[in-house]
Amino acid sequence: MVLPVLLLVAFSAVIPLMTVVNYSVQDTFGNNQFFWAGTEWFTEILQSERFHSALIRNLVFSLIILAIEVPLGIIIALNMPRKGLGVPVCLVLMALPLLIPWNVVGTIWQVFGRVDIGLLGHTLESLGINYNYVQNPMHAWFTVILMDVWHWTSLVVLLCYAGLVSIPDAFYQAAKIDGASRWAVFRYIQLPKMNRVLLIAVLLRFMDSFMIYTEPFVVTGGGPGNSTTFLSIDLVKVAIGQFDLGPAAAMSIVYFLIILLLSWVFYTVMTNYDAER
Amino acid sequence: MARIDLNHIRHAYGPNPKSDKDYALREVHHSWEDGGAYALLGPSGCGKTTLLNIISGLIHPSHGQLLFSGQDVTNLSTQERNIAQVFQFPVIYDTMTVYDNLAFPLRNRGVPEAEIDRKVRETLEMIDLASWSGKKARGLTADQKQKISLGRGLVRSDVNAILFDEPLTVIDPHMKWVLRSQLKQLHQRFGYTMVYVTHDQTEALTFAQKVVVMYDGEIVQIGTPEELFERPKHTFVGYFIGSPGMNVMPVQLSGDIAQVGSHKISLPAPATPAGAKKLELGIRPEYVRLGREGMPVQIAKVEDIGRHKIVRTRLENQDIAVIVGEGEAIPADPHIAFDPKGINIYADSWRVGGTDPWKRLGTTKPGSWFCPSCCWWLSPLSSH
Repeated sequence: MVLPVLLLVAFSAVIPLMTVVNYSVQDTFGNNQFFWAGTEWFTEILQSERFHSALIRNLVFSLIILAIEVPLGIIIALNMPRKGLGVPVCLVLMALPLLIPWNVVGTIWQVFGRVDIGLLGHTLESLGINYNYVQNPMHAWFTVILMDVWHWTSLVVLLCYAGLVSIPDAFYQAAKIDGASRWAVFRYIQLPKMNRVLLIAVLLRFMDSFMIYTEPFVVTGGGPGNSTTFLSIDLVKVAIGQFDLGPAAAMSIVYFLIILLLSWVFYTVMTNYDAER
Repeated sequence: MARIDLNHIRHAYGPNPKSDKDYALREVHHSWEDGGAYALLGPSGCGKTTLLNIISGLIHPSHGQLLFSGQDVTNLSTQERNIAQVFQFPVIYDTMTVYDNLAFPLRNRGVPEAEIDRKVRETLEMIDLASWSGKKARGLTADQKQKISLGRGLVRSDVNAILFDEPLTVIDPHMKWVLRSQLKQLHQRFGYTMVYVTHDQTEALTFAQKVVVMYDGEIVQIGTPEELFERPKHTFVGYFIGSPGMNVMPVQLSGDIAQVGSHKISLPAPATPAGAKKLELGIRPEYVRLGREGMPVQIAKVEDIGRHKIVRTRLENQDIAVIVGEGEAIPADPHIAFDPKGINIYADSWRVGGTDPWKRLGTTKPGSWFCPSCCWWLSPLSSH
């Protein structure tokens, strides 16, 4: 009975992973000729400035995303209607960006930001801002972040909203009776009730933004220069663009270990928090 | 503490109420004494929670006026009214300690920290949680949480009234007794004006000095537990209070003779209701005597509930419940007789006659309470 599961896991995870491990310790020049390279690629990757800057770019991107999407999501969730016709309307509007395929999101923003035909680009230009995400790294970052915020804030909103609607009315009434200010209601009633969903939201958003590939690839292709080349984009450049299978394999293992480590940290934080409850 | 005056209060949830049916609360016009313990008793949907929320200010009544000690508070917000409320489910601030939970309402009002400390410690003693003060509130049991909700009201020395909205719903049965008696003690020691909403008659009758029975958006009777039991003003009160409730049967009256089916019963005094569409006779099962004399009945069922037996009988087409002592025999040829002391006459459901007034069990000790399920006076704070 264990065999099918073993086979499934073997083909879906273990064998591909082992292939990557295999590549990561060898060098190849094509023709199926392989030479033993040992830990050479790993040393190279870990010391390479290119990898460091992609990693830092990725971390900065994730942190900016979290710093914007989490507070914004909370604020929107707090202001969403609790009953009436507004609820389904808001929920559908919120869910809409989440339903769009990622490469379509990229395409939408690629067009949206163009100066000649895009609404955003054209508007910014007519406001007198020399907006050009293809050439200006700052503008490229601005576009990619704005796109991610547009795409994923809804997820935080929906999770927070679910936490908020589970608070019984009596809590708000009691707070009124206790003379609590709006801030105190948020701090002592709403935030504690949202705690768990917020942790999930932060975890999901961090993981997703750390693995981001499709949208910036479609919008900026990692440029201008390398300014929006995140780890995953860099990895694809190395593996498919340069066909350096060895370094690419070593890089994906390091990338995988970083994600594993961060997931473990989040998991530990969450389970500790649960145990404390 | 405050006297609460309800001046012609009516409330409808929908806009533009037209008929009586649109009102959740039809008309309440009463005055509740300072320091009194009142229970609002009634079935679900009778308007008791609406009335409580009007007093607490969570709802503003569509009509009428609410006065606290003569001061009009109808349009004041909940904060400004200065009341405390304990809800059905314990409301506590999860992330705070027990101490901080109690200090919260005072801190919000900008009370100096030294004063807060004194009041909180005093309150912790009162609700018996002093040894828990440093614990996080979320780890406590339901009854302790409910005490914290109460404590947040008690900590404010100037509260006008403490309101309870079915506060024992989620409490384990054995803790209900303890909490209820602690509440009663608090009331006796500190004289808070308390209003307690419940649909449980035992809870209402044990807690309150005055029970306010509500039915269909109206107050049908306000009285001591004894009054509600002996002289229910409305057939609903007779039916709702007591276990089993009052036997109510259609009756024809002529002078001091009441006719039930083909049987004639002489009344202690003639009742002459004018122009009533529906006449009824009500008698509690405790006042129906089962024996060899009187009106012949069939016995449908005997329920032995330990302390006594409830005998379900049929008198012609009328079901009549009878309470028979545990040791008493049930005769083979059963007859029932009505004790004249227990007869009430109702015209269109409202009481118009009967034996009035009298005491069934002599004088009662102060503090003793009437238990509706065993129909007896118990000493203060005791259970069965």
